[in-house]
Amino acid sequence: MFPSRFDLVVAQTVAEAVEAKVDAGEGGRFLAGGQSLIPMMKMRVAFPETLIDINRIAGLDAIERSNGHLQVGALVRHADVVASDATFGAVAAAAPWVADPLVRNRGTMCGSVAHCDPEGDWNSVLLATGADVIAQGPSGERSISIADFVDGAFTSTLGEDELVVGLRIPVPSGRSGGAYLKLERKIGDYATVAVASHLELDDSGAIAAAGLALTSVNPINTKVADAEVLLVGQQPSEELFAEAAELAAAAAEPRDDVRGTAAWKRQVVRTYTKRGLAAAAQQAEGS
Amino acid sequence: MEINITINGSDHASDVEPRTLLVDHIRRTVGLTGTHVGCDTTSCGACTVLMDGTPVKACTVLAAQADGSEVTTVEGLKGADGLHPIQSAFTDDHGLQCGFCTPGMMLVGASLIAENPDPSDDDVRWAISGNLCRCTGYINIVKAIQTAAARVAESSNGS
Repeated sequence: MFPSRFDLVVAQTVAEAVEAKVDAGEGGRFLAGGQSLIPMMKMRVAFPETLIDINRIAGLDAIERSNGHLQVGALVRHADVVASDATFGAVAAAAPWVADPLVRNRGTMCGSVAHCDPEGDWNSVLLATGADVIAQGPSGERSISIADFVDGAFTSTLGEDELVVGLRIPVPSGRSGGAYLKLERKIGDYATVAVASHLELDDSGAIAAAGLALTSVNPINTKVADAEVLLVGQQPSEELFAEAAELAAAAAEPRDDVRGTAAWKRQVVRTYTKRGLAAAAQQAEGS
Repeated sequence: MEINITINGSDHASDVEPRTLLVDHIRRTVGLTGTHVGCDTTSCGACTVLMDGTPVKACTVLAAQADGSEVTTVEGLKGADGLHPIQSAFTDDHGLQCGFCTPGMMLVGASLIAENPDPSDDDVRWAISGNLCRCTGYINIVKAIQTAAARVAESSNGS
């Protein structure tokens, strides 16, 4: 298989890439790792007329902490996230479970976020940790909260001519922990169910901030806001996490498919929420 | 478009269509058919090559994206003094059955032992988790990669 014909623009700067996108109009697509886009093009599900390769742009490959945030550039590969010492909690937990080792060597975190595949892992992690997406367009840079960014299956609120240049994930200042529990049939498969959890504790050991999000059980990655509200201000306990798990199960509307029945997936959401929150709490208490 | 890729140490300048995939370029233009096309959907890893030392699935990289890089295919594993340790270990440990996944398995194995001289069973299984063997001959593949690692470690200790 091979893609339909396209023109390739190899951009050297972000400004050049954005300009090329403006010129290309609707038929233009940005190419980073290409681990979703190239297969889609080979299957002729996607057929851009112009492909704007951003891989040669300097300065987009850093993953580092700065001003209380984990900043991830547009060319940071999943494997770089796995190897990074700057990560924490749910981000560190999820990285090794994205795709497979070879895809992780090439695919980028920002590309995956921009792709907005509802079965993708990263957007759940970003929803749980309250991250922002940094986009650059013809009129400059703007920051979009991930909750506003994810708009639907394969759809974001990114403007037509905007490029995702980075992510900004707040690093908790106090004790914190996180988890990403993913059930998959085999490595490289999409999640059957995955749950991202994030907890921050105050000095008394009570939950100061909580994040919980689900993958593959709804038409988009889903933030379980009512469970987050329930958790904040409480002392971590098995009973509390069981209650949050009920809210997560209620927020999930999985479908019967080759990966399992809806009822079973909902039960996995329940179990993984309990386990994920317990792991996050344990990590926070030991931090 | 004009590209130049160093494949197994030799420069290959060519004029390619932007949509040419790296694996097709290697097999059809350059004529090195050791790199296999299995699933063609980024799942099986039969098309694995090393791009600047990093294993990638060549069915999911455009040839144009490899412009200026150094690519190693299975043909490039063999050195001046004969087979690469990973190749002799696959022979000795019966690390292949039909042989279709073998180029990818060997390149991932070679890349792993370059980073981790003493990989555990789990390390090897994790490293090859993006490569499928439909003969399901994983046990001997894992064994062969560990044998190669041990031989490399032994020869570097001895020298």
